[in-house]
Amino acid sequence: MNTTPVAGAADFALVAPEIFLLCAACAILLIDLWLPQRLRQVTYLLSLVALVVSAVLVAGLPGERMTAFGGTWISDPVAKLLKLVTCGTVAAVFLYSRDYLLARGLFRGEYFVLGLFATLGIFVMVSSGSLLTMYMGIELLALSQYALVAFDRDSPVAAESAMKYFVLGAIASGALLYGISIIYGVTGTFDLDELAAGLDGSAATNVGLLFGLAFLMAGIAFKFGAVPFHMWVPDVYHGAPTSVTLFLGAAPKLAYFALALRVLAEGLGSAVQAWQDMLIVLAVLSLVVGNLVAVAQTNLKRMLAYSTISNVGFILLGILAGTPDGYRAALFYVVTYVIMAVGSFAMIVALSRRGFEADRIDDFRGLAQKSPWFAWMMLFLMVSTAGVPPFVGFFAKLYVLQAIVDVGFVWLAGVAVLFSVVGAFYYLRIVKVMFFDEPAPGLAVSASGSFRFLLSVNALAVLALGLFSGALLDAINRALP
Amino acid sequence: MLAEYLPILIFLGVGTGLGLVLIALGFLLGPRRPDAEKLSPYECGFEAFEDSRMKFDVRYYLVAILFILFDLEIAFLFPWAVSLDEIGTFGLVSMLVFLAILVVGFIYEWKKGALEWD
Amino acid sequence: MSSLATIGGPVGLPHFLVLAGILFAIAVAGIFLNRKNVILILMCIELMLLAVNFNFVAFSRWLGDLDGQVFVFFILTVAAAESAIGLAILVVLFRERKSINVENLDTMRG
Repeated sequence: MNTTPVAGAADFALVAPEIFLLCAACAILLIDLWLPQRLRQVTYLLSLVALVVSAVLVAGLPGERMTAFGGTWISDPVAKLLKLVTCGTVAAVFLYSRDYLLARGLFRGEYFVLGLFATLGIFVMVSSGSLLTMYMGIELLALSQYALVAFDRDSPVAAESAMKYFVLGAIASGALLYGISIIYGVTGTFDLDELAAGLDGSAATNVGLLFGLAFLMAGIAFKFGAVPFHMWVPDVYHGAPTSVTLFLGAAPKLAYFALALRVLAEGLGSAVQAWQDMLIVLAVLSLVVGNLVAVAQTNLKRMLAYSTISNVGFILLGILAGTPDGYRAALFYVVTYVIMAVGSFAMIVALSRRGFEADRIDDFRGLAQKSPWFAWMMLFLMVSTAGVPPFVGFFAKLYVLQAIVDVGFVWLAGVAVLFSVVGAFYYLRIVKVMFFDEPAPGLAVSASGSFRFLLSVNALAVLALGLFSGALLDAINRALP
Repeated sequence: MLAEYLPILIFLGVGTGLGLVLIALGFLLGPRRPDAEKLSPYECGFEAFEDSRMKFDVRYYLVAILFILFDLEIAFLFPWAVSLDEIGTFGLVSMLVFLAILVVGFIYEWKKGALEWD
Repeated sequence: MSSLATIGGPVGLPHFLVLAGILFAIAVAGIFLNRKNVILILMCIELMLLAVNFNFVAFSRWLGDLDGQVFVFFILTVAAAESAIGLAILVVLFRERKSINVENLDTMRG
């Protein structure tokens, strides 16, 4: 064992955003305790301020790759980019959730504090340089998410889906840990850099390592919601309050991307042959099952859940290419997907009101007559997720396909394109329902002005990022050189 | 060698064997003349009030939850206490930060009324 | 590191790994076979994490590296937090359903 390095100021400077976020979350938790219900808005505003300040602190981090605390912490451009996107996404989720929570008597400080702790978990995962740090981040995020799903204590479906999520999530972390323990036994280290340095070309045939990797992969696939570890996704998305689904569907995906990138690409990069095959199976199954089952859904939240599964298939395709181009494509995909997912779930929130969840596809019937602007916004989001040019979703799919064709997986690209076409069917069905059906009685967008503004910006960003996809691509290239 | 474990094996064998023999003897030799009174459940001379498989009050679970969380800090405090000489101020401050976070949780549960029984 | 079978006397690393593997398998089987009670599932989850702890401690001893045992401390704490959350969700579920039967957890389909 090495001698204990006492961490210095340089180490703490690199974790300043996380330290701030932790202190802020604790402080907000305490402040919220003494606030009367009519001043609950203060909690909400303080949470937003906390996110903005952490984003500013993240932006102030050095632009090059640095490690802290004996290599357990990594601060690099990709971590910086993912953290900034996380802050933005979580802030948007808070803004979207406010009216929804207020209308249902769920406007409690715990929602925001749990959201901040989940954000902290994402930050830790994104920056972790060792399997131990990664595990801490995963659990901080997961435990906050379990509690968030059960947040509406009067909803029986929420409690049931929280229980399912918790049990399956615990099995997944058990599998992940078992994998980590085997990998530790084989390599003798948790440090991802040491892991990478200690493994060579023969790693892909090391039986012990493969055994551990299989368990590790099951854990990662579960967290992503890739088939066949996807059982929790539809139930949790469906059962959780929509404002929580909004949270679950977006920012955590960034963290799971970081998990795959750090552990597979950076730590076990020399065993690429081994995990590539596993990822091919997961990606193909996710694309097939996600898209086919989504067609049969009548509940929009469930449909978006299966759509998430198919999109995870695409993210895994980018990672399995095992090349810098592939990782960049996957990063591009995950960032754009998060923007589209937040917008799509926010549309459900926009149409819902007290006693009416607007989570069935039929609830969107005739939206174009009642509220043409939001019908168009939803059209943008759906068409972009389907992958139609010139929206950003098209470029995301294009870069991933390019990356896997470059490494010779033409058949995989073929499968991906085929099932994207299947996927286009159910996204366009929503467009058809909105524009060509008679409106349902009582359909209205009852959201506040700031909500409308943010949702419009969100949907227009999908178009703008598509038209100027070069700018986003530049940022991605700088983040993952 | 594995021979070192032989006493344990013998102990296990004797323990299991003796237990089985005593139960078997009672079963074989004891008189058995059941009647309605003997077979009825016994509860201090009363008729049974309720099903013996009663459900625990949910409040016990609340206590259990709090106990698990605050019990575990000991697992960190013991190794910390024995190595305090070597880790010095940095170790002391680290533990104070850890305890401070626990205290935040404690204030939260106190204020939320989780410590009240009624 | 010395050869696998001889470290620590007649009971060596393989024995610990097999024991941990068996415990892990029992835990997973317990979760999937149990149709009665959610509390049993929580116990199985705990058993699963303890099986993993066994692995970490055995490897740590074998490698002569303390990091594995440090990891065990963190897993213990997380396991406690996890069962606390699990029990809390259980209480919410019981309030809604008046039952903690696993078979009743099937109102969502699709």
